[in-house]
Amino acid sequence: MSSGCCATPTFQPPDAPANGALQTVVIIGPPNAGKSTLFNRLTGLRQKVANYPGVTVEQRMGLMAGVGRDDLTLIDLPGVYSLTPYSEDARVAVDVLKGKMPGTPKPDAVLLVLDSLHLTRQLMLAAPVLALGLPTLVLLNMSDLMESRGGTIDSLKLARELGAPVAQVSAVRGTGLDAVTLFLNQHSTGKKHSANGNGNGAVAKPLTLPVLGNAASTHTWAAQVSRRTGYRAPLSAENSRKLDNILLHRVWGPLLFLVVVIAVFEVVFSIGQPLSDGFGDLLARAGDLVRPLLPSGWLQSLVLDGAWKGISSVLVFLPQILLLFLFIGILEDSGYLARAALIADRVMRTTGLNGKAFIPLLSGYACAVPAIMATRTIENKRDRFATILVTPFMTCSARLPVYMLLIAAFIPNITYMHGVIGLRALVMMGLYLAGFIAAMTTAFLLKSSILKSSDAPFILELPQYRMPTVRSLALRLVDRGRVFVRQAGTIILAVTLVLWVGAHLPLVHTSTGVMSGPELADSLIGRMGHFIEPAIAPLGFNWKVGIGLISSVLAREVMVSTMGTLYGTDPGTQALSLQNALQHDITLGGALALMIFFAFAMQCTSTMAVVRRETNSWKWPAFQFAYMLVLAYGAAFVVNHVVTAFFG
Amino acid sequence: MRVLSELNVGESGILVALDLPESVQNHLMHMGFVPNALVTALRRAPAGDPTVYSVDGMQIALRRETAGAIRVREAAADTEESQDLAEVVQ
Repeated sequence: MSSGCCATPTFQPPDAPANGALQTVVIIGPPNAGKSTLFNRLTGLRQKVANYPGVTVEQRMGLMAGVGRDDLTLIDLPGVYSLTPYSEDARVAVDVLKGKMPGTPKPDAVLLVLDSLHLTRQLMLAAPVLALGLPTLVLLNMSDLMESRGGTIDSLKLARELGAPVAQVSAVRGTGLDAVTLFLNQHSTGKKHSANGNGNGAVAKPLTLPVLGNAASTHTWAAQVSRRTGYRAPLSAENSRKLDNILLHRVWGPLLFLVVVIAVFEVVFSIGQPLSDGFGDLLARAGDLVRPLLPSGWLQSLVLDGAWKGISSVLVFLPQILLLFLFIGILEDSGYLARAALIADRVMRTTGLNGKAFIPLLSGYACAVPAIMATRTIENKRDRFATILVTPFMTCSARLPVYMLLIAAFIPNITYMHGVIGLRALVMMGLYLAGFIAAMTTAFLLKSSILKSSDAPFILELPQYRMPTVRSLALRLVDRGRVFVRQAGTIILAVTLVLWVGAHLPLVHTSTGVMSGPELADSLIGRMGHFIEPAIAPLGFNWKVGIGLISSVLAREVMVSTMGTLYGTDPGTQALSLQNALQHDITLGGALALMIFFAFAMQCTSTMAVVRRETNSWKWPAFQFAYMLVLAYGAAFVVNHVVTAFFG
Repeated sequence: MRVLSELNVGESGILVALDLPESVQNHLMHMGFVPNALVTALRRAPAGDPTVYSVDGMQIALRRETAGAIRVREAAADTEESQDLAEVVQ
C-alpha cells in the first residue's frame, strides 16, 4: 500500500541465535478461535480483532514482548479448517506454517489455538498440525466461557491423547498465559525435548493419528478423542438462538436492519454535526492564537491561510468519522455482521456475486483497502475479482468529509416525521445507496460477461453473539482516529503546501514596482484550473473544483483541504467560512453533481495499489479507474442538468 | 432418503453422503458435515434461503443448491454411531 490508510508497518525480526534455539513461533487454528486476540496479548500489538470468521487474511509478525520474550518472533495466521487450503487466505496460512512463504521465517514451534466451545470439530485440525512434528502447545481458548456455561474437558487426558501439552486459556482476559511462557522456556534451550511438556507428567506414546487429508477419518478420530477426554460442549447457543429469532425473523430481521442503518446516519448528523462544528471552532481559534506570533506576510499566509485552513477543513470531521466507526465496531464485534450477510445473500445472488462478498463489501464502508484484502476469503477467483472491482463503490469514510461539507453547505436543515428523520441524513443515505446500487449493477454486468463462473457454494459460519467490550471499541476508535489525523498531517499537508506555492507563482511586478504573488486566477494553479475547466463545466464545476478533482486522486478527503486552501488563499473569499464560500461559487446542481461524482469515481491511489497487488496486474486497476471515471462523469452530467432544470 | 434442503425447520437428519466437487466436499467435512453426523435445520434466512444448519454445535449457513447435494436419512433410525455423535453434539 502506498500511503496513509491501513499501511502495514515493516517488521524487523531479531538476529538468529547462534545455538539454533527457538526463534519463531506461529499461531494457527480454525477461523474465529481468537488467534489474533492471543497474538495481541503475547506481542502487546493491536491487530484488528472482531467476531466473524475471516478477520485476518494475511500473516502478521511481532515480537513476543507481551510476555517478556522479545527475542522471539510470533506469527499470526488467517484461520484454517484443515491444511488442505480452500481459499486464498488459508493458502497463505498453510504456506507460512510449512515454512514455504518467501520473506517469512520458518516456524520452529506452534501454538495451536482451539475454541473450547466447539472442541470436537476444532480437534480435526490438531491431527495434521501435530503430524508436522514441530513442538506444539495446544491452547483451549475461551475456556472461561466454556466452564461458566457448563462445559467440561480433562486437559491432562487430552494432552496424553495428543502427545502434546494442553493449556486452558482465555485470550480476552489474559488468563492461563503462563503456560505459554513455560512452553517457550522449555524449548528455548535448543535441546530436544520430549513433547510432553507442561510438567503434567504425561507419557509420550506413539500417536495414532488418522489418515491425513481424509476428512471422515479425521472427524471420527476427533470425536473419539473428545469423548475419551470427557469433553462436554457447553449449552451456550441458547442466547444466540433467542437473539436470532428476532434478528433473523422473516419480517423483523430486515426491518431492524433498515432501522439500524437509518439510525446510524441520523446519529452521525444530529449528534455528530454539533460536535464537528464545535471542533471546527476550536481549530479556527487555535489558528487565531498563532496568528500574532507569525510575522505578517508570506509565512503567515503559508502557515495559516494555506496549511492550517486546508488541514483543519478535513480534521473537523473527526468526531463524525469516529461515530461511524463506533457503529461499525459494534456490528463487527457483536457477531451481527455474519447475520447481515445472511439477510443480504438474496441480493448478492441476484447479482451473481458470492454471498461471502457481502462481508468485504460491508467493511468497504470503512476503507476499501482492507476490504479488498478481505476478499481473500472468497474461494472462487472470478468471484473474488468481481468483488475487488466493485468494492471501491462502497462509500468509504474518506468520502464522508466531502459529503458532509457539501450537504451542510447546500442541503437545508429540514426534518420530517416530527424531527425523527432529517433531509440531510436522507441525502447522505441516498449517496450511500447510490454507491451500493452502482456496486451491485457493476457486479451483475461483470458476472454476466467477462467474469462469468459457475455458482460457487455459499458456506458461512455464524459465530455466537458476544457483547462488544468497551476496551476493544475504544482501541479501535483510537487507532482509526490516529490514521485519520496522520493522513491530515502527511498527504494533506503536502498537497496543501504544493497548492499554496502553485497559487503564489509566478511572481509579478505590481504597479508600485514590488515583486508579489499573482491574482489567484493568473497563478500556476489558476492557469491549470482554467485549462481543464471546459472539460468539467458541463458538470457544473468551476476551475477550483477541477483542481480539487485532480488533487483528490491521491485520496478523496484531499478535495476538502484543497477547497479550504484555495478559498483561504483567494482574498475575495478569505473572510468567509468554507461553506459560505462554496455557496457563492457553486450552483445547487453543481454541488449535487459533485457529490455523485465522488460516489462513483475512483479517487484513491492506495486502493489502486492494493488492487494491483491482489490481482497481480495493472490491467484491473486501470480498467477500474477508467470505468468508474466514465460512470462518475456521466452521472454528474445528468444530475447537474436535471437539478438545474428543476431548481435552477 | 432425502436431501438436506428438504428438511423442514426444526427437523434433523443423519448425513449419508455429499455429492459435491472434491474441494467443496472436503471443506464441508472439515466444518463437521461428515457421514453419520446429526444435522438440524435451524432456521431460514428472511428471504427463504440460505438455511442455517446446526452441526457439531456450530451454525453454518448453506444455499439451497448446496444443501440439495447432501443426502440424509431419517434421524429416528438411530444407529449406535449416530447416537455417539449426537451425544458429542450435545
